[in-house]
Formats: sequence, C-alpha cells, structure tokens
Amino acid sequence: MASALTIADVERIAALSHLELTADEKELFRRQLADILAYAEQVQAIDTSGVPATAHVHARDGLERADEPRESLPLADALANAPDPAPDAGLFRVPRVIG
Amino acid sequence: MIDRSVRTIRDDVASGRLSAVEVCRASLDRIESVNPTLNAFNHIAAERALARAAEVDRARAAGITLGPLAGVPVALKDNLCVRGMRTTASSRILDHFVPPYDATVVQRLETAGAVVVGKTNCDEFAMGSSNENSAYGPVRNPWATDRTPGGSSGGSAAAVASRSTAAALGSDTGGSIRQPASFCGVVGLKPTYGRVSRYGLLAFASSLDQIGPITRTAADAAVMLGVLAGPDPCDATASRQPVADYTSALTGDIKGLRVGVPRAFVTDGVGEGVRRAFDEALDRLKREGAALVDVDLPHARYAIPVYYLVATAEASSNLARYDGVRYGHRAKGKELLSLKEMYSRTRDEGFGAEVKRRIMLGTYVLSAGYYDAFYLKAQQVRTLLRQDYDAAFERVDVVAMPTSPTPPFRLGEKTDDPLQMYLADVFTVSANLAGLPAISVPCGFSDQLPIGLQLTGRLFDESTLLRVADAYQRVTDWHTRAPESA
Repeated sequence: MASALTIADVERIAALSHLELTADEKELFRRQLADILAYAEQVQAIDTSGVPATAHVHARDGLERADEPRESLPLADALANAPDPAPDAGLFRVPRVIG
Repeated sequence: MIDRSVRTIRDDVASGRLSAVEVCRASLDRIESVNPTLNAFNHIAAERALARAAEVDRARAAGITLGPLAGVPVALKDNLCVRGMRTTASSRILDHFVPPYDATVVQRLETAGAVVVGKTNCDEFAMGSSNENSAYGPVRNPWATDRTPGGSSGGSAAAVASRSTAAALGSDTGGSIRQPASFCGVVGLKPTYGRVSRYGLLAFASSLDQIGPITRTAADAAVMLGVLAGPDPCDATASRQPVADYTSALTGDIKGLRVGVPRAFVTDGVGEGVRRAFDEALDRLKREGAALVDVDLPHARYAIPVYYLVATAEASSNLARYDGVRYGHRAKGKELLSLKEMYSRTRDEGFGAEVKRRIMLGTYVLSAGYYDAFYLKAQQVRTLLRQDYDAAFERVDVVAMPTSPTPPFRLGEKTDDPLQMYLADVFTVSANLAGLPAISVPCGFSDQLPIGLQLTGRLFDESTLLRVADAYQRVTDWHTRAPESA
C-alpha cells in the first residue's frame, strides 16, 4: 500500500493539505513518504484488540474556568499582522470567492 | 561573569554585588562575540533587555523584594510569543510576525525578574533533530562547529553551552529540549505534559508539546521550573496539580533510589562512546547508593513509528492556520489568484521541505482509508507504551537511557534521508507519548563530543528527576567544562 505510493496519491494528499508542489517535490515526497510509511507499517503487526486509543494524557484537573466574559484582542492588534487588512471595515481581505 | 549560574546571578543582583544591567551587558557582549559563528539567535533584543535590566536595578534600589530570577538573562526559543518581539518559528511563513500577546511562560519569567535577551534559532516549527530545517540556516554546535547542536531547540542549547545565557527555554515534542541539551553538554528538562502552560507556544503537536528549561545545572533547572510551572486559565491542559518546591528537593541523597535500565531496548544503534558513558553514569549512581534494576519496555521499539504518525497528524491540523489570511506570508501572483490558489501557493512558498513532508504525512494518515491502519493504530500502541511505563514505575523510581544513540553528528549527514533523521529520536519520543517528565544531564564525552544521560520519571514527579540529576552533578564535573568556542 504505502510502498506503492503513486504521484497521483501525492497530488491527492497535496490538494488536501493545500500545498502546491513542483514536479520535483512530488517525486521527492513520493519516495520519502513511501519510505516512512513502509517503516511505520510495523505498528500494524501489534495486537491491539480491545486496547483503547490514547488521544492525550491530560491530567483532567485543569480543564475548566469560570465562563465569564473577558476583553478580547483589540481589533487593531488582530489586524496588525494581516498581509492585506481592511482596517476601516475591521476585516481581513481575501481574493474574491463569489463571481 | 558569563560562567555564573542562574542562582548566583540572582543572588549577586539581589545583594547588589552586581547590577542587572552589568549582567545583561555581559550576556549581550557574549552573544555578539559568539553568534556570528554559532547562529544561535534569530533575534537579539538588546535595547529591550537593557531597559528591563534597568527596571530590576531600580526595583532593588527602591527596596522592592526581587523575584527568583531577578536580573537573570534568558534566551527564548523563537516559537514562543513575546508581545512586540518578532517571532518566526524559524519559518519564512512567519518571517515578519509580531505577536500581539505574551506566552504565559514569558509573563511568568518576566514577573520573576528574568531579562529576555533574544529569540533562539530552531528547526522550522520545531520539526527536526538537527536545527538544519531553519529558514535562517543551521545553528553550529559550540563543541565542534561542523556538527549539529541537535534540534529542534538547537539555538537555546547552544546559547547556554556557549555561556551566552545561563538559561534558555525550549519546547519538546519528541526530544527537542533533551537531545540538543545532550549534544551541547547542558541540562534539558521536559516537564510532565500539562505541568507548564503552552499558551503562546506556536503549536506543533498539541498532545505532545511541552515547554521546559535548558540550563547548565539541574539546580538551575529546578529554579526555572518553579517559576514556569502551574495552572493557566488560557490553557485547559495546564494542570492544577500543586507545584512542588523543586529546589528543596535537591538533597544530594539518592540512597535506596531504584533506577530502571531497559537493557534490551538500549542496544540497537548505540555508539560505543555513548554506551561507555552511559554505563559509567549508571555505575556512578550505584556508588551514590542507587540500585540498578532491569526493566522491560516491550513497546518502546515502536515509539518512533507511533510518534511520527501521531505528531504529523496533529501537525497537519495545527499548521492549517497558516493560510496567508490573518498573519504571515501571502503569495502574490502576477495573475489574479483564486482563494484556493492563494492558500496553496502561500503554503508552498512559506513552508520548508520538512514541514511540508510532515503535513503531507499527517494528512495521509488521517485520510479516509488510512485512518484506522495508521492513526488509530498508533494511538492504541501509545496506550500500550504508557502501560509499559506504568508497570516499570511500580518497580523503579526513574528509568535511565542515553538521551541520544550517538554523539552530535555532522551537519549535512542526515539531511537527504528524513527516516534516518527520525531514528535519532529513538530514546526521547517515549516520554512525550506517555506524557512523562524527562531530563538530560551531561554524562561524559566521546571524542570531545558531549554525551547525555536521560532520566524519565513518574507523572508530575519532576522533583525526583531533579534530585537525581543534581546528586549526579555534585559528584561529576562534565557540566563545568566549556567548549573552546565559548
């Protein structure tokens, strides 16, 4: 499966990842990801029937705070790093989505 | 002055033997002299640092009680946010990013009187084991400038080893504090998951990331952790477990301590020099009264594949936020780009090869048809690994391993083969997967290159780790040696 990773697979993953890759990058990543996945396949030999998944190791003792309104980041600060801000409107400008 | 420990600087500033400004100037001078060779800093904040140091001196003159880090210069890994100070994670995509807020650890350090002197170079978004994935070029190892300082917190470890600062902060997702500490001959502590708030740390893998100190002694790490640890309303994973008095835990006494040694695991690929230093360190602990106990961690050999499946899955999600809209780089096309083209071109231009590789790998293992076989499976094996440690800690107090299977390798040695680079993390990733605290302490040299001893402890039992590491440093002098470049 993994060792048979194709350029089409790489293109599919790149599209899901919002990455535009050059032809050279596609071939390089195809080979390297195939190597890494082939190595990672060893976990599939382990018997994990009935074993719960660990998503995190929270101590589960710090999870909640009082649900009280607080000041948020001032609009000007939130826009200060934007590549194309629209400060008068208080918005981030993006390429046109609707024709 | 530059050899002073965190504790000595604080005491000298508090007693008036030294001014915080003098200490700060000495640190900045040192950085200026070694940084052109080492490339340890992405950003030096001289003016801000001197102003902060002057505030500490004014506070002392006014008779205000000084904090536990008063006047202590500290370097911060460049993935920690400081309000108004450029923070890049060594990535082109954040080249001009200036955070609008402080990380909780930065607030805590500054409240304790620490003086932030700058931001240290690292692997891009903390992804790497050699610091070669930085957009600003690799850091060089102060002990041998043709070698890697380790990664991803390579700049922080090099700063402390080169006596640029007495302490630095790093972040550790799979060994990124401990392995560079080992490679640079200094102490690196990864606290228990949840011991230190992650608010303001640019996220890589949220179930594994943890911030911690890099220092030259365990005693200094104890002071630093005492300041950093504790709950935080801004991070739901920051624990409310009481924070111990780490400094008073440093008794120097390890009689009766049970040290677990996973002999069967510490074999493959361990270099001769590392093995010798490791065995001598164990022998030293035994002579100090510790008992060595064989333990088995049967799933530890799967830790690397499990780690690279879990960490990349989380990274692919965390790094989705870098899309050229709210902050960071945005691609500009001659032709009008669609929104989707803007996203994907921005990310292609902004991310380096390793970050793209990990986003792709993580996206793949989370995608339909592969989720169960890779991601879910890895999470289940993660449970088995935790159970291995639970069983071991019924019989022992700490588990000892080398931090790295080899001494620092040459720059360029592993860059063409990502899988070989991943294998460098074989002894460090388990602690992150199990959430356990772990420390690397200098334990010798192989061909003049530093070796680190790693100790892993029970959840929230940093006190025992620090006590053992401190006891070891009281009877050894590896940590007092300075590299020639320093």
